[in-house]
Amino acid sequence: MMKNCEYQQIDPRALSVLPSSAQNHNEKKVQRPRRKWEVFPGKNRFFCDGRIIVARQSGILPLTLGLIVVTCGLFFAFDCPFLVKHLTVFIPVIGGVLFLFVVLSLLRTSFTDPGILPRATPDEAADIEKQIDTSGSSTYRPPPRTKEILINQQVVKLKYCFTCKTFRPPRTSHCSLCDNCVERFDHHCPWVGNCVGKRNYRFFYSFIISLSFLTSFIFGCVITHITLRTQAGKSIVQAIQESPASVVELVICFFSIWSILGLSGFHTYLIASNLTTNEDIKGSWSSKQGAEDSGNPYTYNSIITNCCATLCGPMSPSLIDRRGFLPDEAIPVVSASEIELPPFTAKNDSHMCTQSTKDVLERVVNSFDSHSLCPPGTPKTSPLSVEVSSATAPSAEASPLAGCSRQQDGQPVAASCPPFSRNSKRDSLHSINPAFRLASPSPSMTRATLILGDVPDLGFIPLP
Amino acid sequence: MAETHSLQDLQQPTVSSKVYVQRDYSSGTLSKFQTKFPSELESRLDKQQFEETIQTLNNLYAEAEKLGGKSYLEGCLACLTAYTIFLCMETHYEKVLKKIGRYIKDQNEKIYAPRGLLLTDPIERGLRVVEITIFEDRSIGSGR
Repeated sequence: MMKNCEYQQIDPRALSVLPSSAQNHNEKKVQRPRRKWEVFPGKNRFFCDGRIIVARQSGILPLTLGLIVVTCGLFFAFDCPFLVKHLTVFIPVIGGVLFLFVVLSLLRTSFTDPGILPRATPDEAADIEKQIDTSGSSTYRPPPRTKEILINQQVVKLKYCFTCKTFRPPRTSHCSLCDNCVERFDHHCPWVGNCVGKRNYRFFYSFIISLSFLTSFIFGCVITHITLRTQAGKSIVQAIQESPASVVELVICFFSIWSILGLSGFHTYLIASNLTTNEDIKGSWSSKQGAEDSGNPYTYNSIITNCCATLCGPMSPSLIDRRGFLPDEAIPVVSASEIELPPFTAKNDSHMCTQSTKDVLERVVNSFDSHSLCPPGTPKTSPLSVEVSSATAPSAEASPLAGCSRQQDGQPVAASCPPFSRNSKRDSLHSINPAFRLASPSPSMTRATLILGDVPDLGFIPLP
Repeated sequence: MAETHSLQDLQQPTVSSKVYVQRDYSSGTLSKFQTKFPSELESRLDKQQFEETIQTLNNLYAEAEKLGGKSYLEGCLACLTAYTIFLCMETHYEKVLKKIGRYIKDQNEKIYAPRGLLLTDPIERGLRVVEITIFEDRSIGSGR
C-alpha cells in the first residue's frame, strides 16, 4: 500500500486504482465496468442488461403463456369466423383486447421486481450484531432473533433474516426459491415464475382478473358456437366434428375457470381486507387470541381505501439497483469538480464507500436508464426459450387445477415460501458471505478490522 | 492504513465508524426513521440538528407515499395505459426521491461535512437505514 503515497491530484478514478489485495479475484480493472445485477446475490435471472428480472426457476411461465396463446389462437382461428358471420364482429375485438391485457399483465408480473430488499452491507450487519446480545460460542448457532415492535398499538414480531442479515420489515418475508426478502410478500407463483410482492401485486391481480374474463369469454363464445351449429339441425357430435378445436378450448377453459375464478375471488377478499396470502395462511391476524384485539394493524378499516391503497397506491421504486454500476468500477460521469466533500479512501472496502455527491448525481443520471424498460411484450432476448427448466420444476402442480390457490394441498411451495429459513439454507450464508461469519460472532469487532473487500456480492447500492 | 496524500487541501479522511439510524415501524410499513439521537454523534452534532434532518426526511417520504387523489389518479392512468405511461414520465415517488437526494446533498454540504460526518441517502441502503459515516477528525481544516 505504500506505493499509494503519490503526490498527485486527487481524482475519484484513483480510488479504484488502489491495488487492494482483497479484490484481485477478478480483473475488474481491465474489464468493462460491471453492473450490479451481475453480482446480485439472490437466485434471479436478468435480461436486457438488467432491465428484466425473473426468478431463477421460471417454473411454468412458458406453460402459462403457451396455454393462453394456444387457446386464444384456436379461438381466433376456428370459432371467430363462425361467430363473426352469425353474431357480431365485436367478438374477436373483445377477445383481442382481453388477450392483450392478459399477456401484458402476465409479462409485467413476471418481469417486475416484486419488491426485493437488498441485503445488508457488512457494516450494517455488524452494527446489528452488536446490538443483539449473543452469548457467542463459536459452535453455537444463535437462536432465531426477533424484535417486537408496536404497530398501531399492536405487537408485531420482526424476525431476523440470516441470509439478508437484517431484521425484516413488517410484512416482509424471505422467499427460499428466489433467496430474497420481498416486501409485502404474498406468495411465490410458479405460473408467473416470480414472487408476488409489493411492487407487482397489482399486475398480478389485473392478470388474474383479466384472465378470468378471458376464460369466461372464450368459454361462453365456444358454447354459443357449438349451440348455434346444433341449432342448424345438426347433432352435437356433428357440430363437434366440424369444429374440433372448440372442444380443446372448452376443456382448457372449463378446468381453468374454476381455479382462476376462485383465485380472483380469494385475492379480491385479500385486497379488501389488506392482507397477504402469507398472512392469511399463517393466520397472523385471526382472532385466535379470543378477547384480545389482534386485528390486522395494516388495514384502513374501509374496503375502498384498502383496495385503493393496494392497487392504486404509489408505485415504489425498485430498491435493488440492477443497472447501476459497481461502485469501484463506476465511471464518474459527472465532473470531479462536483465533489466538494473530501473523497474517501478505498482501503479494503471500496464498494462500501459512502456515497459522495458525485455518486448521488451519477445515480440520478443512471436512473434515466433504468426507466427505459424493455416493453414487456417484446423482450429483446427471448427469456422464455432460454430457461425452460420445466423438467425440474419442483413446485410444478400435478394438474392445471392447482394454480396459486392456497387450497391446494401438498404443494406448500406454490402457496407460500417459508418465511423464516430455519433449514440448511442458513449454511448458504457462509458461501455467500465469507467476510461475515455467524459461526464466530464477535460483536466487539471494530469496523476497521472487518475484512470487507472480498465480498463482491454485498453492498450494492440500490437505485430509486 | 496508508492513504493517498496530496499537496492539496483535500485530504482523504479515514472512516472512523458508521452509525445506523434504523427504521421506525410504529405507523406500519411507511418509510420512517427513528429520531432517537445516537450517542456516537454527541460530540459532533446538535441533537436538534439531527432531529430536524431526520424529521424532514420522514416528511418527504410520507409525501412520496401519501395516498391521495393525485396518487390514485396516477395509478388509474397507469393501469389504463397498461403501465406504458411510465416509459415517458416518472412516478411521483421518483420525483420525491430526487428531492430527497437533493436535500441530503444539501444537508451534507451545509451541516454534516463541516463536522466530519456524511449522510448516506437511505435509498442506497434499500430504505433500511440512514447511514452516517463519522470521519476521523484529524486535520485542522476539517473543523471548518
